[in-house]
Amino acid sequence: MDILQILVNGIVLGALYACIAVGFSLVWGVLNVINMLHGSFIILGGYLTFFAWFYLGLNPILVLPAVALVLYLLGFALQYLFINKVVTAPVLTTLTLTFGLDMILYNLMTVYFTATPRRVTLDLGIVEFLGVVTPVDRLLGMGLALLLTALLYLVMRGSTIGRAIVAVRMDRQAAALMGIRVNRIYAITFGIGALMAGAAGAVFAMVFPVTTNLTGVFLGKAFVICVIGGLGSVPGALVGGLALGVIESFAGFLLGPQHAITVGFVLMLILLVVRPTGLVGVKGYE
Amino acid sequence: MSGILRLEGVSKAFGGIRAVNDVSFALEEGEIVGLIGPNGAGKTTLVNLITGVHPLTAGRVVFAGADVTRQKPFQAARRGLARTFQIVQPFPQMSVLENVAAGALFGGAPDTMADALDEARRELAFVGLEPLAETPAASLTLPNRKRLELAKSLAMRPKVLLLDEVNAGLNAAEIDGALELIRQIAARGVTILIIEHLMKVVLSISQRILVLHHGELIAEGAPRAVVENEKVIEAYLGAKFAARFKQQGSAHV
Amino acid sequence: MGGDGTSTKLSGPAVLSRKPLAYAALALWVGLLAATPLLGDNYTVRIAITIAMFTAMALSWNFIGGFTGYPSFSTAAFFGIGCYVGALAQRNGIPLVVAWTLATLAVALFAAALGLIILRLKGHYFAIGSIAVVEVVRLIVSSWGSVTGGGDGLNVPLLQGGPEAVSAIVLYVMLAIMLAAFGATVLVDRGRLGFGLRCINQNEDAADMVGIDTTRYKIAAYSLSALFCGTVGAVYASWVGYIDPTDSFSILLTVKVPVMALLGGAGTVFGPIVGTGVFVLLEEFFWANFLEWNRAILGGIIVFLIFFLPGGILRLDYRRLWRDLLARRARQRSAEAAE
Repeated sequence: MDILQILVNGIVLGALYACIAVGFSLVWGVLNVINMLHGSFIILGGYLTFFAWFYLGLNPILVLPAVALVLYLLGFALQYLFINKVVTAPVLTTLTLTFGLDMILYNLMTVYFTATPRRVTLDLGIVEFLGVVTPVDRLLGMGLALLLTALLYLVMRGSTIGRAIVAVRMDRQAAALMGIRVNRIYAITFGIGALMAGAAGAVFAMVFPVTTNLTGVFLGKAFVICVIGGLGSVPGALVGGLALGVIESFAGFLLGPQHAITVGFVLMLILLVVRPTGLVGVKGYE
Repeated sequence: MSGILRLEGVSKAFGGIRAVNDVSFALEEGEIVGLIGPNGAGKTTLVNLITGVHPLTAGRVVFAGADVTRQKPFQAARRGLARTFQIVQPFPQMSVLENVAAGALFGGAPDTMADALDEARRELAFVGLEPLAETPAASLTLPNRKRLELAKSLAMRPKVLLLDEVNAGLNAAEIDGALELIRQIAARGVTILIIEHLMKVVLSISQRILVLHHGELIAEGAPRAVVENEKVIEAYLGAKFAARFKQQGSAHV
Repeated sequence: MGGDGTSTKLSGPAVLSRKPLAYAALALWVGLLAATPLLGDNYTVRIAITIAMFTAMALSWNFIGGFTGYPSFSTAAFFGIGCYVGALAQRNGIPLVVAWTLATLAVALFAAALGLIILRLKGHYFAIGSIAVVEVVRLIVSSWGSVTGGGDGLNVPLLQGGPEAVSAIVLYVMLAIMLAAFGATVLVDRGRLGFGLRCINQNEDAADMVGIDTTRYKIAAYSLSALFCGTVGAVYASWVGYIDPTDSFSILLTVKVPVMALLGGAGTVFGPIVGTGVFVLLEEFFWANFLEWNRAILGGIIVFLIFFLPGGILRLDYRRLWRDLLARRARQRSAEAAE
């Protein structure tokens, strides 16, 4: 295969990865919580999109905002009712709690949706450019993923809510003194994290089959991307996602597809030790 | 040059910022020396360099005749180079006694846990915390936490004790008590470097004063002489004030 | 949180006086588990084995997660490597007990080397790093087909004897590992190492400053948390006769073991034993009765644990609970009497 093709495949994948990780990174960065539910949120978004398309015949792109809203509400409720109560506890507690919640959500999904791989088939054909062949649905997926990531970036930078989130991240107590309701901001942040996961899942379902068996894989990707790109910033997640996509693409070509994922994890472990701030290494959420 | 603790051309740069620049001095055994300087002068960084918290960019630290430039903090503690923190660092959920016993067991040289506990009780009596031996460290008042910090350091049988702002946050009466305690520690033969940004506190207790400003040693000598040193006044009050000060011809600080 | 544990060692005859009782209860518990081959059917013995092996692992995790306070999620890596080293050694003709020993040593060495690297991380980064280790090892094992059999797994030579005899042997070996882990816990708890680890748990910088070689202490704790998991893995492989990467390096296992220790009380000597017993029995009950929902129910237990038993079963103030209960009943009575 030609290098350009591998690169393009990597970038397409990487854009999807960035979209997967950006919500996880937001939650980790602002709440200091490792959200073990993230993988299940993505799959839930994918399933909801699939069912809306398959049974109701709706256009998946039009369904996406609705799916995102559902996930936002779910995330908001989980944070408001459960995670907020222990949000200042040590990692062991918050991680275990989100893992427990994930077990419940996962079980619900396997019972009601089963683990059958589901995919929205759009049949948009392929494009060829400079000898590089890419299915159009993947390009669409990449475009949507980048758009969503950019939207989050703009919201974080420009909106009142975004600024409030940044303020809470920087100094929880000072933010509280300035009249920001910290618990509500936490719930909104977690909701946005879930929203981004759901939207990413919806995009994913248009490109690849999704199944509950993939929750762990997606969660793993989010870990790796956050560490590669650096925690708590949209550009960090974007760089991390693209880097991981390209690395996996080349590693798969050079070492065989079964090693592609391993390379990502090993890289992550090395970076964790050598440069925990990641490649971008910014502090503060925008 | 000899001395129990000697710094030779010690420098530290964080990125491009020179936090400590070419600092040399020596402490003689049994001395009480004050290290003063305005906020941000690099005093705590210097303590961190001496005790191995940060690696040096350049220079050498010699303790009791051995080059200890590359030591780790725990090695410093075991060698008899103890420190207290500006922000007190207890083991919050352990009792006061256990806190001090930790210092004795790991930093000192008792053979058994029982010996370490005996040692800890002696030091608690010395600093006057004995009645509170069984209370959790987290529930102590600030002056008592400072005393605990001292007892913990003393239990390590230090030859040199670096006291980083032990008086910060204390009121006048509490400071007097703390200074009295420091004198008693010195009477046991422990060499003391006392770090302060309040000049007044150290003047009464120190035999010698070092002044750090922007990471450099700008003056060294007897307390009186240092106070009247023009550079020192300038560092504390700014150039304009110093000039006016000079015009008035009086140097009451 | 470490308060209860620390006071057992240094001060507090009150705690000491309760200790003989705790040891007696433990002896009774071990006796009961050991008697299952005589008392119950093979299913009961299987539960006893499960309890013994998870207790050994929960006690192990307690060294790093409980005493030292490092949120380690690498248990599955240690267990899985133990499975594979034991299985591969046996397949190459190495005698059973030697293979188990080899697995133990290999895992301890692996943990010490790994600890040197990842114990420099703290908090969230350490947690993520320790989970990543499980994934990396699993991926390496699955893709290194020529040696490990890859995703197809490995057959392990079965133990000699009928099913009942095999179960009994496995049970006694697992109980022995569990008691060894308990013995190590008691020694660490009373000694210099345990005291140092608790200091690190509460304030690592201060621990460094009082002369504790924190790196060495943490590596010791991490290796101790690995060692027995390695043995358990090797014995488990011999027991089930077949291992594969998904089963040996399961993320579920890596979270379940800390949850068991937390359930009983992390950082206490008896907590992991109590927590594991309760957890395994609950799990078996739910498996048997709500097969489809067992994962959700486990999740529910975890959520319940975090909110209602944050310090674990052993840290509950039972005397106060009892007093409250009595007071409430007394109030009710007086209210009734007033009517």
